[in-house]
Amino acid sequence: MAKFIIKRMINIIPLLILISIISFAIIQLPPGDFISSYIARLQQMGEMVGPEQAEQLRNRYGLDQPVYVQYLKWMKGVLTGDFGFSFDWQQPVSEVIGERLALTLVLTLSTTIFVWIVGFLIGLYSATHQYSIGDYIVTFFGFIGLATPNFMLALILMWIAYAYFGQNVGGLFSPEYLSAPWSIGRVIDLIKHLWIPVIITGTAGTAGLIRIFRANLLDELGKPYVATARAKGLSELKLIFKYPVRIALIPFVATVGWTLPKLISSATITSVVLSLPTAGPVLLRALQNQDMFLAGSFILLLSVLTVVGTLISDILLAWVDPRISYN
Amino acid sequence: MSKNKKNIDIYSASHSQLIWMNFKKHKLAMTAAGVLIAIYIVSIFCGFFSPMDPQEYSQMRTYQPPQRIRFFDEEGFNFRPFVYGYQGSRDMETLRRIYEIDKSKKFPIYFFVEGYEYKLLGLFETNIHFFGTKDGYLHLLGTDSMGRDVFSRILYGGRISTSIGFIGVIISFFLGITLGGIAGLYGGIVDNIIQRIIELIRSIPKIPLWMGLSAALPSSWSPLKVYAGIVAILALIAWTGLARIVRSKFLSLKNEDFVVLARLSGASESRLIIKHMVPAFLSHIIASLTLNIPQMIISETSLSFLGIGLRPPVISWGVLLQTAQSIKTVALAPWLLTPGVAVIVTVLAFNFVGDGLRDAADPYSTGR
Repeated sequence: MAKFIIKRMINIIPLLILISIISFAIIQLPPGDFISSYIARLQQMGEMVGPEQAEQLRNRYGLDQPVYVQYLKWMKGVLTGDFGFSFDWQQPVSEVIGERLALTLVLTLSTTIFVWIVGFLIGLYSATHQYSIGDYIVTFFGFIGLATPNFMLALILMWIAYAYFGQNVGGLFSPEYLSAPWSIGRVIDLIKHLWIPVIITGTAGTAGLIRIFRANLLDELGKPYVATARAKGLSELKLIFKYPVRIALIPFVATVGWTLPKLISSATITSVVLSLPTAGPVLLRALQNQDMFLAGSFILLLSVLTVVGTLISDILLAWVDPRISYN
Repeated sequence: MSKNKKNIDIYSASHSQLIWMNFKKHKLAMTAAGVLIAIYIVSIFCGFFSPMDPQEYSQMRTYQPPQRIRFFDEEGFNFRPFVYGYQGSRDMETLRRIYEIDKSKKFPIYFFVEGYEYKLLGLFETNIHFFGTKDGYLHLLGTDSMGRDVFSRILYGGRISTSIGFIGVIISFFLGITLGGIAGLYGGIVDNIIQRIIELIRSIPKIPLWMGLSAALPSSWSPLKVYAGIVAILALIAWTGLARIVRSKFLSLKNEDFVVLARLSGASESRLIIKHMVPAFLSHIIASLTLNIPQMIISETSLSFLGIGLRPPVISWGVLLQTAQSIKTVALAPWLLTPGVAVIVTVLAFNFVGDGLRDAADPYSTGR
């Protein structure tokens, strides 16, 4: 087992390097360099920037050097925690990112837990009550959940809350806690606000998991050993939980690998609509304003988060299902 | 007798006939297929089906509520349906336009009526519309901030949104089947490299990556170029799932008895692939393609909604939803969310058809 974990971790290293190259490529993609767009913006605001100043800026960020040198410079910074400078925010990238990434993580993790618990319970119900009214209702909402884009759901919920309850459901904090330092009160406030984005982000994932779990459990429940156990008089509850649920759960664990990238993806859009203080809105703004160090760092860190999550799910899977070979 | 006949059919029917037979049993999928065909027909002939010019704006009719189609007026039943006009005025406190039904303005609805000029299929210039009013206006789903007809704009948006899914899937189909096929057939280093690439693409969260790539499309590009760029970006990421399926199918088929037999009888490599292996999993591929289209539609809608996908004056469902970004606007004019309903219906229909196809794709399986 330890060998397997180490091997997986070593495997991840080239993947991380490639991801960093892609993130850097995205920084480089827009036509012209970001210094030009930065200067253009400065000039728009009425500041005078001479050509020598522009040259100075280019020098400072190594833009006169070949691309691979720039990449290595950036990577060297990233490894020491220096992600470059955000022109839009006039702050080091790491300061802009810090809390937002942490909140993204909180949102994604809570959504994962939500998706799992709800997916498990509803899947269990609809598999054991196949073709009942409840099953049909669940299946119907599952399909709707899969078909509705996240931002639509967010918009509709916000609209209902605004039009009928006069509430604004955006954001993660009440105004009084918005820029307050961390305290127990702020954490409680966060939890109070978190459930709406969690539900919106998690809907599609939950719907997907319900379908998978229901199908798996139904397959398992149709097997002869279940019939045998039932014939021998095992109680229905024990019958379901002893083996079928455990076996049906295995692919469930396997899905964490793809659940995480999906959740991070949908959290990005949801947080733009709900204007949450997470990565989404800042990433969007950074991309629109060509604040490329910020955008690249976000893409890099979100991807790393995903890869690490996938690694954890792989290890979990190997631990849950001993039949998986460690090679 | 009839049962007997059916049995004979099953034994002599071709692969595609069997799939069709299975698919027909799936009521939901059949209905959804009908809905999809209707959506595509309306999208292709959007000019013909739209009663109003989607680009025509009017300051006098901004955020006008939907007009209901009516059959009854003060005098009783009318055989010809009609709508009432709205009397617009400005609320002097909030400066919003407010509307009241004006029963003196009555616009009957005619079929095959003459309206604004458009090009059918982009070729034939005509002004005949499926339905509309001879004079006056008809806003079945209200108007937007510039007084443009939301219903007609949804139809025009459908042309872009549904075709993006289609074209994107075709591109990712070719990428997926080629790369997946190479990986599955030849194995070794090539397989390893392709596998790693797939892993890499899949490990980056899609939406941030899409956002990064589409934000890089220069803003000076023409709408058509941006359209092509967005399709390419969507396809570039979507092919991985397909390549995985193709690869695993080739791997498992390579050592199947019928393939080995064909090889022993001297079939050439290309004949093996085209004649024996591809037909064995083509139906699976088509099913998963069908399930891929809705995802592309959702992705395009999301990107355009965020303002980094397609841009006005191009009309797509995402572009239309962009006007509904502010919650105050939505509260004022909820009908601006109706393009989202079009998205949901289309995506649902594709999902049902895809599910039906997937179930029918394996006609030789027993049970269910």
